[in-house]
Amino acid sequence: MHLILFIVFAGLCLAGAINLLLQTHPINSALSLVVVMSSLAVLYLLLGAEFLAAAQIIVYAGAIMVLFTFVVMLLNAGREEHTMGSGVARILGFPAVAVILGVIATVILKAQGLGSAALSDPITSTEDLSRVLFRELLLPFEVTSVLILIAILGAVALARPGGDERRVGK
Amino acid sequence: MNPTDSLRLLPEIILTVTGVIVMLIDASLRPGVARRPLGWVAAIGTTAALWASLWQLRLPTGTAYFGTVETSPFTVFFHVLICGIVLVALLLALDTLPEDSHHQGEYYALVVFGAVGMCLLTGAVELLVVFIALEISSISTYVLAGYRKQTGTGPEAAIKYFLLGSFATAFLLYGIALIFGATGSTQVYEIARRVPTVENHSLVVASLVLMLIGILFKVSAAPFHVWTPDVYEGAPSPVVALLSTAPKAAAFALLLRVVYEMLPTLRPIWSPLLWVVAVLSMTVGNLAALRQQNVKRMLAYSSIAHAGYLLAAFAGLGSSGISAAAFYIAAYAAMNVGIFAVITLASGYDEQLPMVADFRGLLYRSPLLGGLLIFFLISLVGIPFTGGFFGKFYAFSAAVGGGAIALAIIGLLNSGLASAYYLRLAFSAAQRPDDEDGRARLPLPQVGIAVGAALLFTVGATLSLGIAPGNALRAAETAAHTLQVPLDDNSAPDVTPPPQPQP
Repeated sequence: MHLILFIVFAGLCLAGAINLLLQTHPINSALSLVVVMSSLAVLYLLLGAEFLAAAQIIVYAGAIMVLFTFVVMLLNAGREEHTMGSGVARILGFPAVAVILGVIATVILKAQGLGSAALSDPITSTEDLSRVLFRELLLPFEVTSVLILIAILGAVALARPGGDERRVGK
Repeated sequence: MNPTDSLRLLPEIILTVTGVIVMLIDASLRPGVARRPLGWVAAIGTTAALWASLWQLRLPTGTAYFGTVETSPFTVFFHVLICGIVLVALLLALDTLPEDSHHQGEYYALVVFGAVGMCLLTGAVELLVVFIALEISSISTYVLAGYRKQTGTGPEAAIKYFLLGSFATAFLLYGIALIFGATGSTQVYEIARRVPTVENHSLVVASLVLMLIGILFKVSAAPFHVWTPDVYEGAPSPVVALLSTAPKAAAFALLLRVVYEMLPTLRPIWSPLLWVVAVLSMTVGNLAALRQQNVKRMLAYSSIAHAGYLLAAFAGLGSSGISAAAFYIAAYAAMNVGIFAVITLASGYDEQLPMVADFRGLLYRSPLLGGLLIFFLISLVGIPFTGGFFGKFYAFSAAVGGGAIALAIIGLLNSGLASAYYLRLAFSAAQRPDDEDGRARLPLPQVGIAVGAALLFTVGATLSLGIAPGNALRAAETAAHTLQVPLDDNSAPDVTPPPQPQP
């Protein structure tokens, strides 16, 4: 049962990711990303991370994707235009991707300890998770607030019209 | 967790509070009011953080917050270095940011918050903290790089830096994930302890390579350097002074920690990798710099080459390699911040003088700036009695000590090559200005108090590292020592003479 679910949703996830890259319209890409996020949530659930799965749905597939589509609509982004790009990238790009994928896949497949991730047992409860988050990882948790602050500050600095534009306008 | 834990984070806490204060005051001021005093607030906060990190030498070496951050002479060395660079960058910005335009308040706040990330990066011994700290420092520099919004190159620089930088961070994150998979921990010492017994060795190797890619991007070493010239050209010069030094110093500290402290057992793998990267960086950087006519692009390639010289020190065995690398970072930072300060002053925030030929006659227009430009160029070449000389000297002797004689020879050849383009700029500055070029030249740059102090700092640091490198070298050696033996008892903290507040 688990295996079937895994295969179905892993396949869905991959298909969504590939579709995301191939689509030329931003809205289609964004919707494919929803598929990727949701199937990832199912995979997390299969691994016993129920909280993570719920957070994935709520935060990523929900909030972030709404924001994405909102911005795409707001900017009225059109179809992507194909540029020729750099020649080197076109020649080397796919072989390089294949090589990197191959290397990482071999390394992971050869790993002994990794194949035995128990599906669905035991469930990691929210309590365990928060104990780690607010004790051992308290510092990274707190420092994240600086990270968010700086992102907001940067967005304000870059997006708000400042003296520059006024000066140019004069 | 005990109360002394926060003392181990004192510089970061001071910087964060300063950033928040700057931000709040900025928001409460009315639009027309000058924001310049905020720069002084930021500078005072950074100075306080600098002294706080020097004070940390009194704390015994150890970790805090459940083994996520560390205080040791190693972290103090880099904290002082980064705070010094940030201080000079702030002083430089104080006098050169245009008074009427720009989000000055946000500028100072971003610089200070960026310093939080960089400082934390050097002290972090938990890979999650490393990742978040790296993001803090990167995001602040992405934004600062795009600060000249009205130009075409500013936003281009920011976007390029942001996209490529995020890509590189993803590599680092992938590496962290893999090493967590292999060892079951993200704590540096814990990983170091578990790696020798880990059964799946190839996973560790893959993780090392991925992490190296991420870090080497941040230090703009050769195969990962493509962003550097465009970003340096598009970003405002005072920002380039900061981003060509402070984040790189932090990233090099991280690199030292990863290779020497976390994965010392993998030396047979990372040593040849870094050898190749060092040679590539030196050669590509210098050859490309030779062809540049734009001063900032030329210096961008030169900074790639310097990353290569620095990586040569990583061939050094044990603490000799670490101390040589640490010393080189300090010397490089002093002269690079200095030369960008001079360029900012000479060509202005809006860069009326972007080309090498435009610097013609600078020595006659402004003897002070011209002289300083030539001084810093001489230091970048690596002529004795400047910091650049001893930096290269220690780096290459560390390489020779580690058995990489070929690397040292390639480095020396490259230094010779590099002098060609440095001296081209120096000669250009020393030439008499041609008079037929009758158009009114720029008004002579005014050297204000803040910028004067910044120049004084950088010149002082470059000279003192060149004439009396003893103190800084001893500090670097103590730092190297603590990085090597993390779990042993602390080295007596009072032995280290506090390094000069060098930029």
